[in-house]
Amino acid sequence: MNQDIIIIGGGVVGCAVARLLSRYAATVAVLEAGSDVAEGASKANSGIVHAGFDAAPGSRKAQLNVRGARMYARLCKEVGAPYAQPGALVLAFTPEDRATVDGLYRQGLANGVEGLRVIERDEVLRLEPNVNPAVLCALLAPTSGLTSPYELTCALADHAAVNGVTFHLETKVQSIRRAEDGYELDTSRGPARCRVVVNCAGSDSGRLHNQLSSRELCIIPRKGEYYLLDHTDAPPFTRTIFQTPTRMGKGVLVSPTVHGNTLLGPTAEDVEDALDVSTTAQGLGQAREAARLTWPQESLRSVITTFAGVRAHEHGGDFVIGSVEGAPGAYEAVGIESPGLSAAPAIAEELAEKIAKDFRLAVKADWRPAPRREKPFYDMSLQERAQAVERDPAYGVLVCRCEQVTEAEVRAAIRRPVGARTIDAVKRRTRAGMGRCQGGFCSPRVLEILAEELHIDPTEVTKCGGASRLLVGIIGQAAQQKEV
Amino acid sequence: MEHFNGIPQPVDVLVIGAGPAGMAAAIAAREAGVESLLVLEREPDMGGILRQCIHNGFGLHRFKEELTGPEYAQRDIDRVRELGIEVRCGTTVLSVDANRLVTAVSREHGLTLLKAKAIVLAMGCRERPRGALATPGTRCAGIYSAGTAQKFVNLEGYMPGKRVVILGSGDIGLIMARRMTLQGAQVLACVELMPYSSGLNRNIVQCLHDYGIPLYLSHTVVDIQGRERLSGVTVAQVDERREPVPGTEKHFDCDTLLLSVGLIPENELSRQAGVEISPLTQGAVVDDTLQTSREGIFACGNVLHVHDLVDFVSAESFKAGRAAAAYAMGKRRAGDAIAVRDGQGVRGVVPQRLLRQDAPEAVQLMFRPDAVYENATLRILDGKREVLRQRKRILTPGEMVEVTLKPEHIAALSGGDVTVCIAR
Repeated sequence: MNQDIIIIGGGVVGCAVARLLSRYAATVAVLEAGSDVAEGASKANSGIVHAGFDAAPGSRKAQLNVRGARMYARLCKEVGAPYAQPGALVLAFTPEDRATVDGLYRQGLANGVEGLRVIERDEVLRLEPNVNPAVLCALLAPTSGLTSPYELTCALADHAAVNGVTFHLETKVQSIRRAEDGYELDTSRGPARCRVVVNCAGSDSGRLHNQLSSRELCIIPRKGEYYLLDHTDAPPFTRTIFQTPTRMGKGVLVSPTVHGNTLLGPTAEDVEDALDVSTTAQGLGQAREAARLTWPQESLRSVITTFAGVRAHEHGGDFVIGSVEGAPGAYEAVGIESPGLSAAPAIAEELAEKIAKDFRLAVKADWRPAPRREKPFYDMSLQERAQAVERDPAYGVLVCRCEQVTEAEVRAAIRRPVGARTIDAVKRRTRAGMGRCQGGFCSPRVLEILAEELHIDPTEVTKCGGASRLLVGIIGQAAQQKEV
Repeated sequence: MEHFNGIPQPVDVLVIGAGPAGMAAAIAAREAGVESLLVLEREPDMGGILRQCIHNGFGLHRFKEELTGPEYAQRDIDRVRELGIEVRCGTTVLSVDANRLVTAVSREHGLTLLKAKAIVLAMGCRERPRGALATPGTRCAGIYSAGTAQKFVNLEGYMPGKRVVILGSGDIGLIMARRMTLQGAQVLACVELMPYSSGLNRNIVQCLHDYGIPLYLSHTVVDIQGRERLSGVTVAQVDERREPVPGTEKHFDCDTLLLSVGLIPENELSRQAGVEISPLTQGAVVDDTLQTSREGIFACGNVLHVHDLVDFVSAESFKAGRAAAAYAMGKRRAGDAIAVRDGQGVRGVVPQRLLRQDAPEAVQLMFRPDAVYENATLRILDGKREVLRQRKRILTPGEMVEVTLKPEHIAALSGGDVTVCIAR
């Protein structure tokens, strides 16, 4: 493989960078170790577009969060990703908390966050009646938003792909070194060369950085565990509810998701293995315990799943973004933990503009808009549903009944520019399997459609790539082998 | 496909679901004289879950013979066809409202609006997934609900795994222990959180004991390992509060974990229609005609409360079909209702209300005991007066209890609450 630009990592940052670089006359490839884009931290975070009051004024986190958050509404509209802006509260329960909330307010003002207000108990309870009545006051941040991080990442990847960016999945970069006029990479799928390399490798970004630069960085994988509750007509909270931050991060939040579910978490625990996204009894217990302070009537009756994500915490505590020191032509976004999702559009803009300027890239005349995303069936009106089925009868077949996802949409997800290749990839693009039965009903049907669309045997379909096959053989085989 | 015009098609009795409950309700409604009758089914064929239950043991009560699931279903399918009942398969109901306005969608008919005089809810139940248990560990491939695995094996012809641990001892899990074994898989253990199994005793004997599969009662899965495909699970004993006991962990190398940890009546549509749902059965609150809290909406089978035997689903659903037919034909029963309450040792009595009437019919009260009771007394009380008393050798939560209130019992009721209870 020989490319002008190689982006390592198909998370939200890598895909956002790829999308912006696709505006220029250059060949661009994204190498992703996972079986899909958004397989790392981008699939397992809170999905919050933070207002920007958390980070210290002047830090890269603060600048890029505030800038990124302002770009969100338009970006999501352009690429076809969900976005909502319900606002957020940071609750104070003690006089020390009140001081912290006041500090966050001043910090937010310094960072340029709009609309911040400290509100007293009565107003807090009027806005969010399910908040613990022991609350003293809260910081209200009306610009705090929500997105679906994996849907956004997939949409960014699609937009990049229709403009010529190639995506190479299950391609892990093992090593990287300077070469004449660029870089040489060893990957799990063979060697690759490029003039420009962009390290957006999330939890693996520290290792790659240290192969390029003598100024070492140290990524500490920090795991966060969550509970996800089913969506209901009346979710317990309409805003994202934070507690005051701790040394390890923003603490446990209770928040609606952009799809109306309720999310509880995350915990924050430093772990050895960046790929360890297992949940633990202890972690889930902590998340639940902490959430009770916000929501004393906490009810986990409607829990539909638990999950964990790993954030790439850099030892210095801030984002490391820009040119890699001592490695011309190499760029990076390292240490992208919270508010990484919020900052992603701004991080991408900064990196893409710098690369374009440094390499005097010409803007393409024919940058295509993002492929139009059909409105999901679950969001359609009666009339729209009727029209959809008349247009394509496959809209008449419900594959996932919990989330009302149709066969037409599952097939479309597989046929997208960066199409779904696994059960999980279909789930992220369509919500099939995201509901209360967790794929019990739809996974056999999704498996069948994947096999059909990809022209593979059903036994080759995987949950998430690699050895994650769902079926081990056909009936009769195993029994026969035993008799022999 | 008809063009969508937004005008609802009128129908006298609409049945949602063509499993054993829906088919029986439709047969009964037609036999009661309902001409305008429609059954909607989301699967491509009638039969519901029976289609994948290829083991025998069905029909002993109703047909006095032992049938497989598909054979049992076929008898109703034949009768539905004989009666010329219109069944639209591949049709998903999207919404039901309190005025019995229904939207449904299918490949063949597109989006359809229906306005029913009476509705029978017969959507069945679904399995509780792993996520709802919040079992710690990884989220790898190889974890299936027992019914999903049964679908893969019996309907699609694929093996979902080779070395299997089963969590929960519900009937589908027990049946799958035997099925997977017969197909050459190794079933290492069946692990049950409670000190008793939630499955039928005959299934424990025929599916576990006969194949030497150990049943670990008061145990649960405390960790799930494997990055891509499952590689193992850790099982531990639990104490009286169902908390794992440290130091009792056992490890199993396996590629498959099947879950049989409970069935949940599928009442999303019922809730939309404003039907009151019992937190105990997770099904509708009904009177003795199986009418829900919404007039003209009836419920039967596993969507009402999870049954052990299909024979009883059919019996209940014939009744619901007859009641829906009567309602649609204007023969509405009204009157004061007597509340039936769960007493000591009893969970989820159905029906929850008895309608007072001049010439009462016998009513079956069904419930599950909240624990195992040996040599216990089952009592039905009208206020403090004992209406009925039965000795029971054994009562277990795994087997639904049925007790009949005869017409003379009902005629003699005072009108106050009736309580069902178990005395040791």
